Amino acid sequence: MNDPRAGEARSRDPMLAIRQLRKVYDGSGRTVEAIRDVTFSLDEGELVCIVGPSGAGKTTLLRCIAGLLEPTSGEVMLAGKPIAGPSPGMAVVFQEYGRSLFPWMRVRQNVELPLKEKGKSPEERRRLVDESLEAVGLRDAREAYPWQLSGGMQQRVAIARAIAYEPKVLLMDEPFASVDAQTRAELEDLVRAIWVRLGVTIVFVTHDIDESVYLGERVVVLSASPTTVMQDVPIDLGSVRSQLETRADPRFGQLRGQIYALIKDAKHQV
Amino acid sequence: MKTIWGRLWTIFLVPVVLFVLWLVVSADSSNFFFPALAKILAAFRDTWLCGSGAAEIAPSLWRLAVGFLAAFAFALVAGVILGSSKVARDYTEPVFEFFRAIPPTVMIPVLLVISGIGDASKIAVISLGCVWPMLLNTIEGVRSVDSVLKDTCSVYRIHGLRRLLVLTLPAASPQIVTGMRTGLSIGIILMVISEMFASRNGIGFTIIQFQRTFAIPEMWSGILLLGIIGVVLSLLMRLFEMSVLHWYEGARERS
Repeated sequence: MNDPRAGEARSRDPMLAIRQLRKVYDGSGRTVEAIRDVTFSLDEGELVCIVGPSGAGKTTLLRCIAGLLEPTSGEVMLAGKPIAGPSPGMAVVFQEYGRSLFPWMRVRQNVELPLKEKGKSPEERRRLVDESLEAVGLRDAREAYPWQLSGGMQQRVAIARAIAYEPKVLLMDEPFASVDAQTRAELEDLVRAIWVRLGVTIVFVTHDIDESVYLGERVVVLSASPTTVMQDVPIDLGSVRSQLETRADPRFGQLRGQIYALIKDAKHQV
Repeated sequence: MKTIWGRLWTIFLVPVVLFVLWLVVSADSSNFFFPALAKILAAFRDTWLCGSGAAEIAPSLWRLAVGFLAAFAFALVAGVILGSSKVARDYTEPVFEFFRAIPPTVMIPVLLVISGIGDASKIAVISLGCVWPMLLNTIEGVRSVDSVLKDTCSVYRIHGLRRLLVLTLPAASPQIVTGMRTGLSIGIILMVISEMFASRNGIGFTIIQFQRTFAIPEMWSGILLLGIIGVVLSLLMRLFEMSVLHWYEGARERS
């Protein structure tokens, strides 16, 4: 159980470990190696961003971690146990907020649905729905339909649904790629706030370097496809982040420049 | 209030004008085949409202209902199965295209030979005709369920019957309803035609009887009745649609 890339020795299992993950798409006489070798791990309560050049197989990687895609080789371990298929210990927030909520259900029903499948009692479902909608600031939208809400609010509902599920690991796949800049800043702060409040382990995939530095405690930089891990960059910006101060911090600029250079290299390699 | 009156005005203006025009223009018609509307209306009242024709309406509608609902049930079950399986679709599609291309009316003589002039043959004809649009639309609706919604269900481990109820059927419902609407109008046509071929009762049978005995105003009144039935059924369909698809219309208005 030794993680070859981990710097320090760990006595217990990491919350999420991806080991030598490889994914080859086999289609009509042509094989495409999307992911060559990805290994990294997260301890309990970590918030790690994954960033890479466009076309770096970020979504493929996330789908493999979520159990939606079967890796060709390698494994994904959740709290020391290998996963095969979607696990009750994980929730995913997709980029396409407009397509991940059920338009025929009210906000409350959307959040409640996975809890029914998990076998929660009605009282407990009620409590979880209320708490999670409260946490994303949408208490008053309980009875609305998703299409009556703005894009940013829809993504908040998707986040509420994910945290109500009480996952060990929350996976987010470029969740703010299609909302406007102001909404995006608000949602970034929301993710930080939820992370601080619930202590959930978060994997946040993005193509936005600034976003990865602003949000992450660590940033895993991926190469272009076939994907490998280029570098695992610790982000030493402290635990309290603010859009105004953190982004003006000279250290923020340094880290941003470092990751930007890595990604530029990654693009030239192809 | 004003908007309701405004809408009623928009809906009824043209029909009322046409009706009055028909009434006035045909008032002193001496043409045997195109009698005055007043005569047709009198025949309508005497035949369908208080005459012998009233008893002919129920058998027709009964056969339509049974034929349509049987076809719908089959289309729903088969459509969900075929829509979910690409392999099953690939094998069955050519056969469906063939059956769909056969006009259902030509099946009438065949079915009469097999099952006589009782209800069964006519119900079978109605079912055979209206099953195709419902089946093909259901398959298409189930096939094209949004991939992100499917992923969402997978992530939250929603499988089996619950997935069918919370994802597949609602997602396919706009398409399914479109198929039902088309199926219903084909069903009405086949209801009448199957009765015209060989039957002992029904609206189509009665209209043909009038035509053969040169009861022309009565014949016209039967056609009027079919028009009214068609409008009422499509209104019922619309009400059904509004109750099932309110989310869909709301979402569509938004985008």
